Amino acid sequence: MEVLGLSVAYLVLFVSFGFMVGVFFGFFGMGGSFLVTPALLILEYPAPVAIGSSMAFVFGTAVIATMKHHDVGQVDYKLGALMFVGIALGIEAGKMLVYGLEAIGQAEVVVGTAYVVLLAVIGVLFLRSAINQSSDDGDEPQSGDDIPEIAKKIKSYNIPPMVTLTDGSKASMWTISGVGGGVGVVSGFLGVGGGFIRMPAIYYLIGVPLAAAVGTSLFGALMSGAVGTFTYGLDGVVDFGVVTALLAGSALGARIGSGATAYVDEDDVTIYFGIMLLLASLAVGLGELANWLAMPILDTASFVLLVGSSAFVTTVIFYYGAQAVRTKDVGPSATAGGHE
Amino acid sequence: MVPGPVQAIGFVALVFVQAVALYAGYGVLERTIGPAIIEKLGNA
Repeated sequence: MEVLGLSVAYLVLFVSFGFMVGVFFGFFGMGGSFLVTPALLILEYPAPVAIGSSMAFVFGTAVIATMKHHDVGQVDYKLGALMFVGIALGIEAGKMLVYGLEAIGQAEVVVGTAYVVLLAVIGVLFLRSAINQSSDDGDEPQSGDDIPEIAKKIKSYNIPPMVTLTDGSKASMWTISGVGGGVGVVSGFLGVGGGFIRMPAIYYLIGVPLAAAVGTSLFGALMSGAVGTFTYGLDGVVDFGVVTALLAGSALGARIGSGATAYVDEDDVTIYFGIMLLLASLAVGLGELANWLAMPILDTASFVLLVGSSAFVTTVIFYYGAQAVRTKDVGPSATAGGHE
Repeated sequence: MVPGPVQAIGFVALVFVQAVALYAGYGVLERTIGPAIIEKLGNA
């Protein structure tokens, strides 16, 4: 029996995995898309299908996140619109790279290897953040309206055409297009929203204040997802059964994850999320090794590691949340609004 | 068969509608049963 073109086992798996990914997205404000492509690769989906379906999933989650943060988020729509061309060209370039590698039979290996590195780097950053959380180094500006020194320096270079941003400051169109294009290539190549590089790039390179950078990055994810869904959809490589099942789970998970931020201190869970990302990196590496050594048992281990570590962190968030509710020392008003 | 641009735009619209419907649907669910679950957990 098949539902949405998926066996019942796969349907349950994707809804459950989407739920966990949604909890991470709602709780940490990230962590959604960069787990989906590796999971699909481990399940032997071809790289273009894994990436195209992940891009459609990114679009869906970005729509949900935008609605969620519509009232609280500051968005520089003008900057977002100016980045659009760069994002669209970047995604197309990323897609061409995937197809070029697919033509020589190397797409799964290269994309998988890129994920091993990406997940490991982000995992290490989360672990470092968890370890250093007690000693705030004070390097970052505390005001949402401040911008870092490097952004001020970049803004001081007058490379025409210069455009005026919503906050009245000026930025070179070259910087804006460069950021849009660079993030677009990563999005199109890996099937991710790219928020983990877009938000810092908007803040550090274009010099948009932090509060507006978060909302503008979300708007960028919406555009990346829409363009990615369209461009991969043109090639017929978006699996809508997979996307629907993942979205059905993640929309619920994101609500619960976002709600959990009112009860659970992020610092208690960050270290587990960092470890999970390192295990996910290991899982993708094992998946690659399974193909290389033709050892299906490694594929199974890889899958169990990825889903198991995600389930563990979800359970940890629920455990801390349930404890907090039972002790009644915090409530929904504590940090309502989540991490964005 | 490779989809054309109209179908590809249809894919984008379909995902958009799905996302909006899921967000609204779970929103109703959250408002309906959310407080009861929190209260039950608190009393457990």
